[in-house]
Amino acid sequence: MLKIENLHATVAGKPILNGLTLNVPTGEIHAIMGPNGSGKSTLAYVLGGRPGYEVTQGSVEYDGRDLLALEPHERATAGIFLGFQYPVEIPGVSYLQFLRESLNSQRRSRGETDLSGAEFIRLAKAQAATMGMDADMLKRPVNVGFSGGEKKRAEMVQMGIMAPRLAILDETDSGLDIDALKAVGAGINSIMRAPDKAVLLITHYQRLLDYVRPDRVHVLSRGVITRSGGPELAHELEREGYVEVAA
Amino acid sequence: MTALPTRKLEAFRYADIDALASVWSELAEPEIIDIAAQQKLQQIWLPSDQEVQIRRVEMILHAGASANIFALNTASHYGRIELDVSLHEGADFSLHAANIGGELSNLEIVTIVRHLEPSATSRQVIRSVLGGKAVGSYLGKVAVARDAQHSDSVQSIKAMLLDRGASANAKPELEIYADDVKCAHGATVGELDRDQLFYAAARGLDPAGARALLLGGFVGDLWDGIEGDDLGIAELARAALKRIA
Repeated sequence: MLKIENLHATVAGKPILNGLTLNVPTGEIHAIMGPNGSGKSTLAYVLGGRPGYEVTQGSVEYDGRDLLALEPHERATAGIFLGFQYPVEIPGVSYLQFLRESLNSQRRSRGETDLSGAEFIRLAKAQAATMGMDADMLKRPVNVGFSGGEKKRAEMVQMGIMAPRLAILDETDSGLDIDALKAVGAGINSIMRAPDKAVLLITHYQRLLDYVRPDRVHVLSRGVITRSGGPELAHELEREGYVEVAA
Repeated sequence: MTALPTRKLEAFRYADIDALASVWSELAEPEIIDIAAQQKLQQIWLPSDQEVQIRRVEMILHAGASANIFALNTASHYGRIELDVSLHEGADFSLHAANIGGELSNLEIVTIVRHLEPSATSRQVIRSVLGGKAVGSYLGKVAVARDAQHSDSVQSIKAMLLDRGASANAKPELEIYADDVKCAHGATVGELDRDQLFYAAARGLDPAGARALLLGGFVGDLWDGIEGDDLGIAELARAALKRIA
């Protein structure tokens, strides 16, 4: 589903990704682990199309299409969900309005009709319930006054509503207590564990992988994948540290 | 009829004098709104479809009266709202207004709020969203008389510029002769937040939709205090934002 070939990218002229190659087949969950500064978040932003993250070499194919040629909103419409390490606050705009307009914008681009207010609220309530989130929180401005855990749960509610084919989750587990971690793990499994979907799970720690079992684990160091393996690689990293394993 | 003002006059320093001249001969004297003691008034001022729209109001609030004014200034060429408010003891005045324009429009809100007697409150919340080469201005003077102790006034002025050529002027002004008063004022000018724009794009909102949504959030709570029918002001504001987003 996602094919990254020799990807080089810079941020403010500084090279961060230095020839990253990665293949995530449909139906699989791949974890990317790496120390701080290895390029994990840059990879997520490059795949999401964030302005300021410049690809200087290499290619990214999504479902056989040139992903890098698409605008950020077109990538979402094509079925990619980017989960944020630091979800953004938007004062004055309610979560319900934000998500309804986003979803309907996607639907229109795909030639589908808008969801009505009532249809959307039913969908949002069901997804909030799945994540153990009070649906009334969706009436509040986007992420304003949310705790770290609430923001990440809300990201999973958003993912449930958007029903993407490929989720790229950037440290969705950071700043979570154990209950929220379990809830987020269960959310990823229920929404994304399917034969026609795939997940790229970017994480610093092994602990989320206790709840979401990856098919493959890759170690990112200085902008390249230095090792790949099965789920046991995550345990090895946890035991021995990045310095030993990634070197 | 008095002579056409010039830009040398403080209250007209950002005015479009040519546009003003085009309507000057038929411009009526300011409308007088006199609110009796303890009475309440709410008015919603909607834009018309004229290119030049000028509204001049003198308002007198007697003891304990209250007035809530909601105004949308979106004239395509020149829009000016002039408001001279006199507050007697314990009166309560609020103005929530938006300047929304693009291209070459010049939109301004010019107010004088006179706290003449003790314990009156006034609150002015102005939001401007400007694209193209539009100019949006707020000139607002709060004058507190010598005996008007316990006056409480707020001026909150924020502007959002969408294009390089757009400009905003904010001039909250205080003239205070009493010594026990609260007069707060704040003014900011900014641009749309890039992180917010990318977040919305990552959820699938197209760029114009994302800008309109964020601008709606910037302006939206202006109308929250309207009691009863809003006469469509919120919808008209959204439509005006969509035109320039």
